[in-house]
Amino acid sequence: MTGPTINDFVIKVATVNGTGSASANGLLMKAIFRMGVPVVGKNIFPSNIQGLPTWYEIRVTRDGYGGRDGKIHFSVAMNPETYTSDIAELTPGGVLLYDSTWPRSDLTARADVTVIGVPLSAMCNDAFAVARSRVLMKNMAYVGAAAALLDLDMTVIKALVEEMFAGKPKLIPANMQALALGFDYITEHYDYPLPFRVKPMDKTAGKVVIDGNTAAALGCVYGGATFGAWYPITPSTSLMDGFASYCAQLRVDPETGHNNYCIIQAEDELAAAGLTIGAAWNGARAFTPTSGPGISLMSEFIGYAYYAEVAMVLFDIQRVGPSTGMPTRTQQCDIQLCAYASHGDTRHILLFPANPRECFDMAVNALDLAEHFQTPVFFMSDIDIGMNDWMIDELTWDDTYVPDRGKILSADELENIDTFYRYLDTDGDHITYRTLPGTHEKGAYFLRGSGHNKLGRYTEKGPEYKEVVDRLYAKWKSAADAVPAPIIVKAKSKTRCAIIAVGSSDPAVIEARDRLEASGIAIDYMRIRGFPFSKQVEDFIDAHEEVFVIEQNRDAQLLGLLITETSAPKDKFASILHYSGAPLDFRFVYDEIQTAVKVRKIA
Amino acid sequence: MTSFVKPKIRRKNEPVNALNKVRADYDGTASTLCAGCGHDSVTASLARAFYELSIDPQQVVKVSGIGCSSKSPTYFMSDAHAANTVHGRMPAFATGAIAANSALTYIGISGDGDSLSIGLGQLAHAMRRNVDMLYMLYNNGVYGLTKGQFSASADLGSTAKKGPANELPPIDPAALALSVGATFIARSFSGDREQLVPLIKAGLKHKGFALIDVISPCVAFNDHKGSTKSYAHTYQYYHKAVHADYVPPSEEIMTAYGEGELMPVELHDGGTIRLRKLDGEYDPRDRAAAFAKVLDGQDKDEILTGLLYINEDQPDMHARKNTGPRPLNQIPYAELNPGAEKLAALQMTMR
Repeated sequence: MTGPTINDFVIKVATVNGTGSASANGLLMKAIFRMGVPVVGKNIFPSNIQGLPTWYEIRVTRDGYGGRDGKIHFSVAMNPETYTSDIAELTPGGVLLYDSTWPRSDLTARADVTVIGVPLSAMCNDAFAVARSRVLMKNMAYVGAAAALLDLDMTVIKALVEEMFAGKPKLIPANMQALALGFDYITEHYDYPLPFRVKPMDKTAGKVVIDGNTAAALGCVYGGATFGAWYPITPSTSLMDGFASYCAQLRVDPETGHNNYCIIQAEDELAAAGLTIGAAWNGARAFTPTSGPGISLMSEFIGYAYYAEVAMVLFDIQRVGPSTGMPTRTQQCDIQLCAYASHGDTRHILLFPANPRECFDMAVNALDLAEHFQTPVFFMSDIDIGMNDWMIDELTWDDTYVPDRGKILSADELENIDTFYRYLDTDGDHITYRTLPGTHEKGAYFLRGSGHNKLGRYTEKGPEYKEVVDRLYAKWKSAADAVPAPIIVKAKSKTRCAIIAVGSSDPAVIEARDRLEASGIAIDYMRIRGFPFSKQVEDFIDAHEEVFVIEQNRDAQLLGLLITETSAPKDKFASILHYSGAPLDFRFVYDEIQTAVKVRKIA
Repeated sequence: MTSFVKPKIRRKNEPVNALNKVRADYDGTASTLCAGCGHDSVTASLARAFYELSIDPQQVVKVSGIGCSSKSPTYFMSDAHAANTVHGRMPAFATGAIAANSALTYIGISGDGDSLSIGLGQLAHAMRRNVDMLYMLYNNGVYGLTKGQFSASADLGSTAKKGPANELPPIDPAALALSVGATFIARSFSGDREQLVPLIKAGLKHKGFALIDVISPCVAFNDHKGSTKSYAHTYQYYHKAVHADYVPPSEEIMTAYGEGELMPVELHDGGTIRLRKLDGEYDPRDRAAAFAKVLDGQDKDEILTGLLYINEDQPDMHARKNTGPRPLNQIPYAELNPGAEKLAALQMTMR
């Protein structure tokens, strides 16, 4: 856990929002990735379009851990407004690169860090005429300087620049020139490369770099979704943007030119929910991407879909609440909200993807489960998974996949039955048959959110009402075995101590657990991937005496769910809560557990 | 209270439509609304219109929100799918349903409470999108199920049953619809079946969003002296501006009225709406004129009725979304799956 060392360090680039630094940072990260070295990218950005500070963190991790490190070793400080904090958070032995066009003596106040000044603005102002390109080229120049310091392969960078500007090849020479400005300045004025640097490896073969929202959008395309409704909200917007752009590429009928999909930007989330339910009821695979505030607004329709039994997939890309909260910061703060969204007795199916690969797979799962169980399904992603660049195994698809549309009666099947009753459990599995409008004259029924009996008729009779809601409970309960099973990692030696976590906490937990084990603390780990909880979840808790529940919210929402929805005794659990809005880092988990273990003398 | 099915008895020599269905085949369960409720008259007009157009009930989707009006989809065409949704949210549900299958006929039923207060936003946006549906707004100026509060369509000075006068200006659904882009805007009265049935038929055949604002008095809470949505008041101030008849594609337009009075509007299905001027030179194909007429009617305390505005030239939601004639819900998965090879190719840029 020391570092920094070769292929194990963290770069943090500080820039000003809206200055075009995103592509430069992407270039830096991809260059390292193409050199075969695993990388983790975290975009730490403000709720702002232009002017506020923004950071991009790149962790170079030879061991391939996917979480944040928690420390910064190399700071590319391009925003004078944040110099003070950028230099303060560097670890001893760290390096700060800044634009010395305007020299700053105060940056040398820390004796334990090296400050490297490169007159980026001055060089770019001399080399380029247009004001906007001077700003953009400064970004490329710092990439060049960083490349020299970190020993990056310039042929890899050149290839990336050529791909980046494949559509505008005229821009390539200027960008290469800017890269060279930074690179050459370092080689002429400083000792290079740094002691911690990048050395080629072969650990990224078969991997791709992708964010969770893009992967989920692809999942919706491959899962056969034909309808999406949404109201723009950070951080879910890129999911629908992704779906729209993939559909434009992949879902236009080559012969007729007609779209085999429909996307509606709703007037608000209330409407987005209604649109989704309407389309699903009428036989389209439908979804809506949103975030916590959207779930609050959709809750009325969510209860309707639950009670009237209409499929609905909600992508909740969680952000910091309550209220508007911190819209560009991450948390797992909607777990309780989504588990029981809406008034009355309601309970829902939740899926917890932990990375973009699972976003792809679980988007398909969500579409299947929603139609199979005829109920809302919540896909519990967050900003960290949804909007950050993750290195994952390449997405794969099985072309023999057949969507699970659930129990839908065809015209022939309707022809052969006497009377169709929408809510009659004829198979004894708590799931009843549905019909699509326009199929057959026997198929008509009345969908309603008011009291109804098993025949689908309006009722205010207690026993008839109870019969339906009891079946709904049993139906929900039966989904425990249909949601993705938990992933359990066992310690090398037997232990009575365990960790439970969900979603984006996973990479930090995996790394912390490995390092704890290396330091003599053996601990098992279960990552829950679905709700309702299966027997496997119960059994895992039963098999341990001390269970740390790690989650990213203040109120221990996952723990609350475990206490309410399993038979485990409350005093068995201990909460580890991280809710600053930053993605979880392994050091936090490591320190919390190590301290707890020392204090309690367990494990 | 449970619903019960009306017995279907077929009389000898009873007239049938092109589907060999009798009028009673378009009935629903017996109404549980108050005796004399205007809504039941509208329901009868709806059943009559569907029957006369020979629309197969199983090819129809009925949707509603919450309120007395929204209960009425149960009372006609039992053989059609229906969804009684959430208060004020029917337009969104309907829009989603219509997106999924363009091949069916959609009728939405709502009230002034459901549409003009809680549901004002969704109604406006469904009209903006020109969703292909007929939207019936049963308008009685009052909340019936919660016992007599004013709705947003109550006129200034109109009194509640218990006495107090309404102090807020009304939202006129026709003026609203004109301003946000509805392409078929009509007003009628539950008591005027002769006007209403042809309007319903024309609205069902219109390609795009058709709004019919139907004055439908509430006998329990808003039919007293001092109310401007009572039967007596409506009869007194009723003013017919334009009569509209739907003529199917197969029938020739017969000039039954004087030249200049007849304004044919061609529909997308090849049929025609035949408009008959009842009030001077007013032409409902002219949006600015329609606005002026509606505002003028407000000033005169006239209940201006008939087809107030029609525009067949605006693309409906499906045309704008380029979704084509095949319903989305009928596209086989094989055509939706881009395939494993394509997925690999897409990821080339992610390395």
